[in-house]
Amino acid sequence: MSQLPLIHARGLVKRFGDFTAVDGIDVSVAPGESFGFLGPNGAGKSSTMRMISCVSLPTAGELRILGMDPAREGTRIRARLGVCPQLDNLDFDLSVRENLTTYARYFGIGRRQARARAEELLEFVQLADRAGGKVEPLSGGMKRRLTIARAMVNDPDIILLDEPTTGLDPQARHLLWERLFQLKRRGTTLVLTTHYMDEAEQLCDRLVVMDGGRIVAEGSPRSLIQTYSTPEVVELRFGDERPADVAGKLAGAGERIDPLPDRLLVYAADGDAAVAEVHRRGLTPSSVLVRRSTLEDVFLHLTGRTLVD
Amino acid sequence: MMTTMIAARLAPQGAAPGRVGAVIGRNLGALRSGPSYWLVLLSGFFEPLLYLLSIGVGVGALVGELTVAGRALSYAAYVAPAMLAVSAMTGALAETTFNFFHKMKYQKVFDAMLATPVRPLELALGELGWAMIRGSLYTAVFLLIMVGLGLAEPLWALAAFPATVLVGVAFGACGMAVSTLMRGWQDFDLITTGQFALFLFSGTFSPVGDYPAAVQVLVQVTPLYHAIELVRGLCIGDAHLGLLGHAAYLCAMAAAGLWFAARRLQRRLCV
Repeated sequence: MSQLPLIHARGLVKRFGDFTAVDGIDVSVAPGESFGFLGPNGAGKSSTMRMISCVSLPTAGELRILGMDPAREGTRIRARLGVCPQLDNLDFDLSVRENLTTYARYFGIGRRQARARAEELLEFVQLADRAGGKVEPLSGGMKRRLTIARAMVNDPDIILLDEPTTGLDPQARHLLWERLFQLKRRGTTLVLTTHYMDEAEQLCDRLVVMDGGRIVAEGSPRSLIQTYSTPEVVELRFGDERPADVAGKLAGAGERIDPLPDRLLVYAADGDAAVAEVHRRGLTPSSVLVRRSTLEDVFLHLTGRTLVD
Repeated sequence: MMTTMIAARLAPQGAAPGRVGAVIGRNLGALRSGPSYWLVLLSGFFEPLLYLLSIGVGVGALVGELTVAGRALSYAAYVAPAMLAVSAMTGALAETTFNFFHKMKYQKVFDAMLATPVRPLELALGELGWAMIRGSLYTAVFLLIMVGLGLAEPLWALAAFPATVLVGVAFGACGMAVSTLMRGWQDFDLITTGQFALFLFSGTFSPVGDYPAAVQVLVQVTPLYHAIELVRGLCIGDAHLGLLGHAAYLCAMAAAGLWFAARRLQRRLCV
């Protein structure tokens, strides 16, 4: 029973007129899993999320959420989902607490229970002291936390988070990640989209890399790095010389050389050895950075582009 | 009958009263948001009342009596039911045009609702329900004033009240339907202008029978005419079968508006 996927998609397609936003993807999310869609803006992540959250119907393909068909049982499915959209759509006419209690009513939750649930959730997202206040003066991070609390009001089987920390400052992001990590530890199934590789690495057990409406790779962050990148990466910068011109002189210095407009990446199992080789060839980069491979490198390798432009 | 038939086609499972109630509840909750909303509520009420006092009573002193359906009527008693119908219309329209559009396009309140079990038809019914409550508050107070001024018999005023609720529902549903087509605030000038034209020429201040035949026909196809005829008939105690025709017109208007609005909400927000 626990093996039955909560989300099951085969050949899922979403078209808007002539434009194909999602171009035949297969996805399967198991209970308790924390699953991510990683990709740049326009990769089709949000369209996929809207289909999974049953507000937008697929153009083609098969989609089952909690074993049900969104086209016929959208209401029943939505009753068991928690949705945190990309742009906060909190209700500015209501107080912080009322945003939760009113939302609970849409799920048919009784007044008394809604109120108890709201108190509990405000505590969880650390907004209890703002309960009676208005929504508008809350900071971006607080609003996002309130949106996440709202998404939890019906004690959902799956929480869907579309770009949960986009637009937040680093401190707010870390606080949010910490809260989401708590949820993950409790065994909540999380599905999120992100174009931040550090977010994907922190929160996702498994993820798919999306580009141009398709899935280009799938796996755990670690296995993706193992498959598509080397353990270490050397970032070289050369004052006036263009990275592309230098690249030729570095052939064989690492497993792969990738010249970007502003820097040159050398992929190697041993970064320090690669740096030594660079110096041995008489090159004098203005800066050298040896670091571990990230999902950013995976994405670059798979698509030839960076995640955040 | 028609409403239920259309509603049944739109949503095979019907509409859950609980969720419709939750949508109404959201709007009741918004009342607590601050004084600005109350100001909007109040101003909408005073407009028809001021017209009644200035034109009905003021100009009425110059006009004298009118003969409607074979009975003599003071001009104020003639104008008052029309203003009552107008206040039902404005109350419902203010809610389902400006407020509805704001919630739909800028506040994204509806996007948030539709991510829950709430369906577009339930959302539309809830919004309409709230518009109906607002419109009915206006007309209830207006009727009390009419009775107080001796412009309507208490029992007939009581009979007219449900008619004003129907007027609110009909205009509210259509206002909502039109709002789903709006691109931006500039389009609302059209609604305001249309509303004002209806206000002036629907047998409000002078009997439609005094217009040229072609204009009469034109007026008789527009909605406020039917609203006023229905409400006036009841207010002055002239109940006849023709009133059912006007009521049917308003029912059809409500059903069509509701059906269209729910469909458009689906197309606009669920993509």
